[in-house]
Amino acid sequence: MIRRHLPFAAVAVVALVAAPLLLEPFRLGLLAKYLCYAIVALGIGLAWGKGGMLTLGQGVFFGLGGYSMAMYLKLTEAEGGLPDFMVWSGVEELPALWVPFANPVFAMSMAVLGPVILAVVLGTLVFRQRVRGAYFAILTQALAAAMVILLVGQQGLTGGTNGMTNFFELFGQDLAEDSTQRGLYLVVAGVLGVLYLGTRQLVNSRYGRLLVAVRDGEDRVRFLGYDPALVKTVTFAASAGMAGLAGALFVPVVGIISPALLGVVPSLELVVAVAVGGRHVLAGAVLGAVVMGYAKTAFSEQFADGWLYLQGALFILVMTLASKGIAGVAQTVAGRLRSARAT
Amino acid sequence: MTAFLNQLPIGLSIGAVLMLIALGLTFTFGQMGVINMAHGEFIMAGAYTAFLLQDMVLALPAAFLVAGVMGLILERSAIRHFYGRPLDTLLLTWGVSLVLQQLARDLFGAPNVQVPAPAWLSGGVGILPYNRLFIMGLAVAGVVAVWLYLTRTGLGRRTQAVVQNRQLAATSGIDTGRVDMLTFFIGSGLAGVAGVALTLIGPVGPALGTYYIVDAFLVVVAGGLGQLRGAVLAALGLGLLNSYAEFWSDASLAKVIVLAAVIAFLQVRPQGLFVLRSRVLT
Amino acid sequence: MRISRPILSALLVMALAACGSDAETAASSNEIKVGLLHSLSGTMAISEVTVRDAELLAIEEINNAGGVLGKKIVPVVEDGASDWPTFAEKATKLVRQDKVAAVFGGWTSASRKAMLPVFERYKALLWYPVQYEGLESSPYIFYTGATTNQQIIPGLDYLKEQGRNRIFLVGSDYVFPRTANKIIKAYAAANGMEILGEEYTPLGHTEYSTLVNKVMQAEPDAVFNTLNGDSNVAFFKQLKSAGATAESMPVLSVSIAEEEVTGIGVENIAGHPVAWNYYQTTETPANEAFVKAFKAKYGQNKVTSDPMQAGYNAVHLWAEAVKKAGTTEVEAVKKAAPGIALDRPEGKVTIDGDNQHMYKTARIGIIQPDGLIEQVWDSGEPIKPDPYLEGYPWAAGLAGQ
Repeated sequence: MIRRHLPFAAVAVVALVAAPLLLEPFRLGLLAKYLCYAIVALGIGLAWGKGGMLTLGQGVFFGLGGYSMAMYLKLTEAEGGLPDFMVWSGVEELPALWVPFANPVFAMSMAVLGPVILAVVLGTLVFRQRVRGAYFAILTQALAAAMVILLVGQQGLTGGTNGMTNFFELFGQDLAEDSTQRGLYLVVAGVLGVLYLGTRQLVNSRYGRLLVAVRDGEDRVRFLGYDPALVKTVTFAASAGMAGLAGALFVPVVGIISPALLGVVPSLELVVAVAVGGRHVLAGAVLGAVVMGYAKTAFSEQFADGWLYLQGALFILVMTLASKGIAGVAQTVAGRLRSARAT
Repeated sequence: MTAFLNQLPIGLSIGAVLMLIALGLTFTFGQMGVINMAHGEFIMAGAYTAFLLQDMVLALPAAFLVAGVMGLILERSAIRHFYGRPLDTLLLTWGVSLVLQQLARDLFGAPNVQVPAPAWLSGGVGILPYNRLFIMGLAVAGVVAVWLYLTRTGLGRRTQAVVQNRQLAATSGIDTGRVDMLTFFIGSGLAGVAGVALTLIGPVGPALGTYYIVDAFLVVVAGGLGQLRGAVLAALGLGLLNSYAEFWSDASLAKVIVLAAVIAFLQVRPQGLFVLRSRVLT
Repeated sequence: MRISRPILSALLVMALAACGSDAETAASSNEIKVGLLHSLSGTMAISEVTVRDAELLAIEEINNAGGVLGKKIVPVVEDGASDWPTFAEKATKLVRQDKVAAVFGGWTSASRKAMLPVFERYKALLWYPVQYEGLESSPYIFYTGATTNQQIIPGLDYLKEQGRNRIFLVGSDYVFPRTANKIIKAYAAANGMEILGEEYTPLGHTEYSTLVNKVMQAEPDAVFNTLNGDSNVAFFKQLKSAGATAESMPVLSVSIAEEEVTGIGVENIAGHPVAWNYYQTTETPANEAFVKAFKAKYGQNKVTSDPMQAGYNAVHLWAEAVKKAGTTEVEAVKKAAPGIALDRPEGKVTIDGDNQHMYKTARIGIIQPDGLIEQVWDSGEPIKPDPYLEGYPWAAGLAGQ
């Protein structure tokens, strides 16, 4: 029992104690950003790795969460007035949609509930019709494309292409302060840890086995009397909720939300990160998000001109040489070591 | 009223563009189930071929070859290891598309390049300029050629056999590996041809592929996998919808309406317009 | 759960590696680090790469002349990747990690808006080299491109002078075109011009047949074009093939410079007017030297454009301010900058003390068959920057404050 939780505890200690002590504030902020992405990746790991639903529209849910949080932040700063971007967009009165977001409880719950509701509606429609595989993937991708165009087109309501930026404080804490950022990092890391443990429990439960069964043979599960559409919808909603929460955490950490963060490309990048980490294991998804985030930063800082080659090459290499991702490689190595020890 | 009537040929010509960019996908995606995200970059390769040759007529076969060979290399070196895992090919080819975009940027520079339109394409009939008519003609010719290939040639029939039942086709003595290679070559080559045509109406730059890739997949998905007639109808339908939606609202909203229409349409027909009937259980 | 142990261990190693990789590289005492932050990849690379090149040229020139305060300028180049949050991240990195004395960067308004809080928060300097929509004046940004009263309003004055009073507005769907069109509509209302239509298309849009149909049916005297990037190529190609000509319906563009002309195809755009502050053909001694130096460094077939020149100016203006201040310290440089006047390729440029924008000469040009732009009109003397359009009664209420 203790041995089983040892690795998780070790990572938790490094993440919660060592990193905040050792890393500079700027690097710690970046790590917090990767961890936000890791929360989305965890959801993708659940939906795609365990449930076989390749969702290319996770950015939409991330965005809903992020925009909810950003609306709240903008409204507290405006103190009854209008957010800055509305002023220069020529909006004269606060749009009705915005009004309830002045309430932190409403905004925070919408950050998670909004994505969940959208996912339930979409999932119910789509999975009942047995849309799956590539169709589902392309459908969610179309959703991400449509969402971006909608957000960009409603400049007075959403800040358009610019999105929303220039946040000063969260719950009275100055966001520019390093201590606030450190606190935010700890919150993000904590949320990720709790969600990871929770998701792991879920996957190991009866429901988790059913989910894997649906992935591997949806029709057979149906013949056995279960409702695969329900199982899939619940999973999809859970992953959407995680993405929404990640979006809400992302905004104060990074200080901006814009359509560029939730379109086709960023949604794909997250899926790619999960693939690189290894989608069949939840920890692989988390690892992949951190590795790819770190790789992107490191490559682009070192080789500002040609870093896309490196990122693309890393990805193509992992996919062709180790289709189960880093986690797959780690497992193979560990397996070899174990059998070597046994003989 | 004239403006309203004008939208009809405009819609058809938008449909023709969609048809051209999706035609190659009906092969790679429709016939083989490979979600090739680098399809857009093959279109780009075709456009750059036209730029290098500076001659539209020469460029059409040349672009077919260039893009086709690129597709062949991609299929042989990577994709063939991924058959039966369409979602993995999606991610892999996306990585390839990133690399190809950056490669184009380094080879040809970041700014757009110019392919001169042939003099015989200036002018037009009514609202439709000759270059639009040329694209429509090319789309029709492409569809007819593909149809003839699939139904009238031995190779084409073998391709269809592999699509309908790979194991049975293999047992009957069809070299499925070779069929895959050929299908991928043709599908990619058609993307190259589309790229040449697009130089008439759009920019030629490293980002070219990204502008068309989502639309191309929507056409194939709405039409039904591996269904040529489905893709044709879907392209025309989406073209007309886009044309009138933009006429009554604006370009942004029209795009959203088209995307929403496809999503709604898949609710009614989850497998697209036409479905390949099969008794195989997933 | 034995499977996840190796993965978790891998995560542990990763985290430790991330901690270790954080060695601070302090600038040696005879160097001044500056950041260059433009999109080197993604859709905006088309425009921004050459601005970075022009800035590198300016740095090289200053270093060859002995540097600033006896120190060499060392550029730290980062890629904004056409992605606004990346701009914010890299700006933070340049300011906090590299501790640069100033950052030269950005192109889109969105990238500037994303970077603004970073520079205000850490009290660092950003020099922004592109014309923009105004309504902003951050104490930590110097704007070396035109604001609206140095580009859009002169453009409208020109159209009015030409007797072209019925205008159609076409733009990409983002902040600059929407704000610009708001200003244009207010101007039109005050000057007896008529706006026949206002259309926006998503960024990267390439299907313009419907929009061209709308424009052709409205039969305007002129089109005011605020489309961005690749969309311009598609728009002009499709407009030309629909039979529109520069004589019957000129399209005045504010985002097309020498560089974009080749990609659009000269035959598609020759004869149409553009509004800027600088052209490669602008006749000043400083420009002769600039064009020569740029071609020598990057190739004889390269062209120079307004944003490139504004980026090039930004580096020289900053160096001048540093010399005057005797230090690279931000507040001192800010204090020294107002009033600095230099003869630049575009003519005399003076840093305005009120809003840290530049006095600039507005110039209208016509695109020539050889791809260059020939000036046909200018404002005579440099115009005082007025980002909030306070000097224009008809613009009251536009700024919202």
